[in-house]
Amino acid sequence: MDFRLTDEQLALQETLRRFIAKDYAFERRRSLARSPLGYSAQAWARYAELGLLGLPFPEEFGGLGGSGVDIMVVMELVGQGLLLEPYLSTVVVCGGLLRDAAAHAIKEALLPQIAAGTLKVALAAYEAAGRYELTHVASTAVRDGKGWRLTGRKSVVLDAPSADYFLLSARSSGNQTDAQGISLFLVPRDARGLTLQAYPTQSGGRAADLHLQDVAIEDAAVIGAADRALPVIERAVEQGIAALCAEAVGIVTALNEATLNHLKTRKQFGTVIGSFQALQHRMADMFIAAEQARSMAIVAAIPADGDDPAARRRAISGAKAYIGQAARFVGQQAVQLHGAMGVVDELNVSHYFKRLTMIDMTFGDADYHLARFSEALRVEALGAAS
Amino acid sequence: MNLNYTAEEESFRAEVRAFLEAELPADIRSKVRLGRRMHKDDLVRWQKILYRRGWGAGMWPRRYGGAGWSVVEQHIFDEEGAAAGAPPQIAFALRMVAPVLMSFGTAAQQDHFLPRILSGEHWWCQGYSEPGSGSDLASLRMSAVREGAHYRVNGQKTWNTLGQYADWIFCLVRTSAEARPQQGISFLLIDMKSPGITVRPIITIDGEHEINDIFFDKVQVPVENLVGEENKGWTYAKFLLSHERTNNAGIGNCKRALKRLKEIATRQLRNGQPLIEDARFRDRIARVELELMALEITNLRVLSAVAAESRAPGPEASLLKIKGSEIIQQLAELQMHALGHDALPYLREALDVDWVPAPLLADHYGPFAPPLTGQYFNYRKTTIYAGSTEIQKNIISKLILGL
Repeated sequence: MDFRLTDEQLALQETLRRFIAKDYAFERRRSLARSPLGYSAQAWARYAELGLLGLPFPEEFGGLGGSGVDIMVVMELVGQGLLLEPYLSTVVVCGGLLRDAAAHAIKEALLPQIAAGTLKVALAAYEAAGRYELTHVASTAVRDGKGWRLTGRKSVVLDAPSADYFLLSARSSGNQTDAQGISLFLVPRDARGLTLQAYPTQSGGRAADLHLQDVAIEDAAVIGAADRALPVIERAVEQGIAALCAEAVGIVTALNEATLNHLKTRKQFGTVIGSFQALQHRMADMFIAAEQARSMAIVAAIPADGDDPAARRRAISGAKAYIGQAARFVGQQAVQLHGAMGVVDELNVSHYFKRLTMIDMTFGDADYHLARFSEALRVEALGAAS
Repeated sequence: MNLNYTAEEESFRAEVRAFLEAELPADIRSKVRLGRRMHKDDLVRWQKILYRRGWGAGMWPRRYGGAGWSVVEQHIFDEEGAAAGAPPQIAFALRMVAPVLMSFGTAAQQDHFLPRILSGEHWWCQGYSEPGSGSDLASLRMSAVREGAHYRVNGQKTWNTLGQYADWIFCLVRTSAEARPQQGISFLLIDMKSPGITVRPIITIDGEHEINDIFFDKVQVPVENLVGEENKGWTYAKFLLSHERTNNAGIGNCKRALKRLKEIATRQLRNGQPLIEDARFRDRIARVELELMALEITNLRVLSAVAAESRAPGPEASLLKIKGSEIIQQLAELQMHALGHDALPYLREALDVDWVPAPLLADHYGPFAPPLTGQYFNYRKTTIYAGSTEIQKNIISKLILGL
């Protein structure tokens, strides 16, 4: 057991910190969020130079062979800087999925391009009214000669507007919520019959609903085995969750810093409000929540590399549930302690709070994951008793 | 960063497990598992067994006879001990007065006391709180007046834990009333056999005798028993408390309670099904388990950082104390609630090691049910002792956050 970061990880942290301070100050970030693209193309190129876009890929595909802890380090800074670039979608979730499940030829074709910053991929796995269930797949994939025809809708595909490809789930057999019968396709953005309805998200990002009408896809674009893609998608989403946990910790840290600073400078009743014990104890609770959340992000980051699916699911869901709750507490209290300044657009606090809230609502919220963790607990307890 | 244990750590775990298997007496193990009443002899016997193995004080430096364990090794030992049903070691001696003596005591004090702590020969207790000085500890009034080669000590200590067993007590006493309250306090070691000491039991909410009032009437204490400098005792007291608080995370104890809770929830029924099938109850267990998972890592992170910097634990120990005390309370509460209606009886004799339930009770009143309700009541103390949760938050806000 060892809780230290390596020298390389510390250096990476420092580089990103400097980058954020210099090139991603809050005002700059605000204007990027309002720009047509919604993020900084220059920043994306910079990440490629730094090797961040190939961080989790093997060296043979242009990557650095990084670990879950490396991703944790990066994502914490993504949180602190409220970075808008599609790192989570392209590198962590889709890049991770392709690395783990795609055929060698596809990896060879796509991963080096992702690492170089010339290709972006988004995950199209959710559908309307299905909430967080990856099995809720009504879109269909029908055999058509040697290929497939895809028809249906995917909702709130994060980072879709800038994506070159989608990793898209569709039902090739079975009923709407069956775990079996789901296939995953690599669908080019310009495929005939695919249309996007794009919109911004609450936290300054971009997303789109996808509409597919008889989209023709060749058999080589099936990722993993047909009908049995669910574990592959779940694994990728779990890696996304671990990354989101780290992002949330970065935000919680930043919010605590901002709130503490506010308590030390804002005066009312002739004194700084941080001299009031009610507020001191609230701030102490926020500090404790941040430390506990950080521990859970570590729990999520490390088994994300591991191979035991049950242990991984337990750790990931546990972390997401815990951090969802801790982050909500810190976010709401940061707003509360800032008073009316907490609910204005011109201060970063409201933006941090919105991002934290959307993190909770991405890939399953605290209740959703508590139920999964609790189910794992039930199975273990009954197993131990029998 | 790596959460996996190294090969050396795994082999240490195997060694600890084998030792516990071979050396932990069955009667002690069974008392711990069933929550029966623990006596002085049980705890001393266990300390002597550990001492013979060279593990009398895991994290003490080797030069004082400790095992020199790392934070992770101590964690493994605690975890295995809790799983096997080993009783806790007595913190007042090993984790409280001993670190003070190592850092501030004279060579003579170290040579005399540390080996006797290690071997289990001396039982120590703590004299901190007084009737008028609880959270505001620095206002304490028990006086020590220098008379030649002795101090003359007068006053009262309260909320003293297990002093009825003690050979020695370490006390905070007032040696000066002139400066700020914190500046007139000294740290004295007092022989419990000294004439003028009276121990009066205080019966707690669970009906048990764990704590005492201790009265000091013109007690003579040799000046050699002063630790460090006169009037500097507050510094040593705070140092001691931060050591005590890291211990208060109590991860091993919490893990054992969680395991027990799951066993109970698997046995007790709701609508003919194991209670654990009831999502409403199970989710409460899940929430506590998540807090404990987080605290286990937080505890190791904090203690590893402290060890890496070779310093005493600082105010970050308050975080461990707050969370650890809340978690054990929640676990005790859930254990009681898992029992449901079976939580109502008060069977004082059921805490005795040789208790056999009356035939009419035996079939439905499980072996581990009797102590649990009392434990729930007893554990309300955890967020009060060693600096209440509110005091810990004051410490965090002042010393960590700078408010």
